[in-house]
Amino acid sequence: MKETPLSNCERDFLLKAIEEKKRLDGRQTYDYRKIKIKFGTDYGCCFVDLGLTRVMAQVSGELVAPKESRPNEGIMFFNIELSPMAAPTFEQGRQSELSVKLNRQLERCLRNSKCIDTESLCVVSGEKVWQIRVDVHMLNHDGNLMDAASIAAITALCHFRRPDVSIQGDEVTVYSPEERDPIPLSIYHMPISVSFSFFQQGTYLLVDPCEREERVMDGLLMIAMNKHREICSIQSSGGIMLLKEQVMRCSKIASVKVSEITELVVKALENDKKARKAGEKCGFAESLPQERITALKVGKTPVEVMDVTEQANDIVQKAESCSLTVHTRVPSPLVPVPGVGQVGQGQQTTWGLEEEEEEEEEEEEVDEEEESDNSSEQDKKVTKMEEEDSRGDVVEISDSEEEEVVILHPETADKALKNTGSSFHQKGAAPSKQKRKK
Amino acid sequence: MAGLELLSDQGYRLDGRKATELRKVQARMGVFAQADGSAYLEQGNTKALAVVYGPHEMRGSRSRTLHDRAVINCQYSMATFSTAERKRRPHGDRKSTEMSLHLKQTFEAAVMTQLYPRSQIDIYVKILQSDGGNYSVCVNAATLAVIDAGIPMRDYVCACTVGFVDETPLADLCYAEESGGVSSLALALLPRGGQIALLQMDARLHQDHLETLIEAAMTACKGVSKVLDQVVRQHLEEVSMLTGE
Repeated sequence: MKETPLSNCERDFLLKAIEEKKRLDGRQTYDYRKIKIKFGTDYGCCFVDLGLTRVMAQVSGELVAPKESRPNEGIMFFNIELSPMAAPTFEQGRQSELSVKLNRQLERCLRNSKCIDTESLCVVSGEKVWQIRVDVHMLNHDGNLMDAASIAAITALCHFRRPDVSIQGDEVTVYSPEERDPIPLSIYHMPISVSFSFFQQGTYLLVDPCEREERVMDGLLMIAMNKHREICSIQSSGGIMLLKEQVMRCSKIASVKVSEITELVVKALENDKKARKAGEKCGFAESLPQERITALKVGKTPVEVMDVTEQANDIVQKAESCSLTVHTRVPSPLVPVPGVGQVGQGQQTTWGLEEEEEEEEEEEEVDEEEESDNSSEQDKKVTKMEEEDSRGDVVEISDSEEEEVVILHPETADKALKNTGSSFHQKGAAPSKQKRKK
Repeated sequence: MAGLELLSDQGYRLDGRKATELRKVQARMGVFAQADGSAYLEQGNTKALAVVYGPHEMRGSRSRTLHDRAVINCQYSMATFSTAERKRRPHGDRKSTEMSLHLKQTFEAAVMTQLYPRSQIDIYVKILQSDGGNYSVCVNAATLAVIDAGIPMRDYVCACTVGFVDETPLADLCYAEESGGVSSLALALLPRGGQIALLQMDARLHQDHLETLIEAAMTACKGVSKVLDQVVRQHLEEVSMLTGE
């Protein structure tokens, strides 16, 4: 199926919003959506949610003959599957441009950066080596597939355990997990890809574009880095012209993002390990909320309310002045004769009145937000102990079902980029809201 | 590939070049009569042939037509005899599909496609001999072919690969250097505005070195652009002599 084109209105709207530094889901320019990492019951199975984008990675291993050119190295194989499940435009079994692009980028990101020790995967030189296969399946497409895929792939690789093998003479014995504990892969570093989308010939830049934004963007720049600030791959795509300064800026942003995501991945892996050790329930099925029918839970993103108060006041004032005139002109609304349809003739508009009501509602909301802001300010004044607590909240582990769910709040992003005051402000606001919900 | 010294203490590379020195570039334009534009380019031992057809009416699936600009269709292939090991499939594997994609992307940025709405421009590139820097040689050859076809471009697109060894950027890598585990960066540049049409990097490199590497790549690309400019001017002179103008 061919992609339904965006209407001009929608396109203009999106671009206008981007120009005004606003995003549909209330994120800041450099914010990521919420990242959740879950694991399946088996080793090497990982689900990653990036906002509504959802991917699954499964790692599997088998013993094969090595490549002739590299007799003592294991084989890594990466595959990204774009199933029609994720989006109607993806076709099964066809190598589309997008799938080639994603596949190659993942390969470059994970294989060429040599993040996995392939020599440790050798069993008998020239005869038997482990072939590690990483299958990434796209389950839901809401933009930025590459980042989600790279996080899922590297997490799944870290999570994977291969069966232990012993060699006696010519005999190779593969032990089942009951006999001997399976062995994790040796991973040197974790490359994670960060995507930047460019709009209006590179004038505007967004991190982690959602599907809508991807459709109006001019070009994309993907930078894969690890937490040691080493760049593992860079790839620009789409017909844009970049300047050197832009690339440098992106690489700086990427390094911040990567360190945050790496921290999250490590935390998620630790949590899972603990849960497994304690013999608690683990796996994908367990992590789904029980009482829900649907699996796709919509996480609410806090909406940015920076200048809403002023805007609302403006509108309210206008509406008031307008409604005054309306009041003077229309003391009582005209009641049309029953059975007579009347369109736009003689009737005074009542829009002004309705608008006023809406504004009032909005104002209420704003008040709420202000309150929460106030409470966050109070939080700020509390001792350092609590500060650290709220920081700890970044990784959210609820008590029962969602054992290994880790949530990265977009607000914690780019400490370095925003001025610390405002970022702290927001950081304080998020937990306070959660408290209210509870 | 340990033990292979890519940069000697005296500052010379495997093939005797200095760190910033390019390989010899030789090129000819208008090598075919049938095509609208064609070019042959040698960069050291890497040899490429590029052919351009168009702009013409959309062929194949009409559904790809763009109402406001031309579609650029690229095909990259490698001759079966281009590498040391004979290639089974000249095109259609993942790597060459990706290469075609990158070429397409590069030329979409450089060619003024908005001048030819609802039409198509075909660029076919073939590597006759591969000795590193395939992508950049293809871009350089295709640029000449597009110019030969008389299709307006914003600027020359020049590409170059740059490697990073012992804290020194090496310009225009050959195959031995490329396979020696160097972190390499391919960059396609529109030299006049310093705009990057494509940037691609493999292997690990610390962030702090990125700037020097991009800088070196840009200088190398500017060097290539000078050579290409010369080739174009010489070709024009020859043609105008022949037509007696």
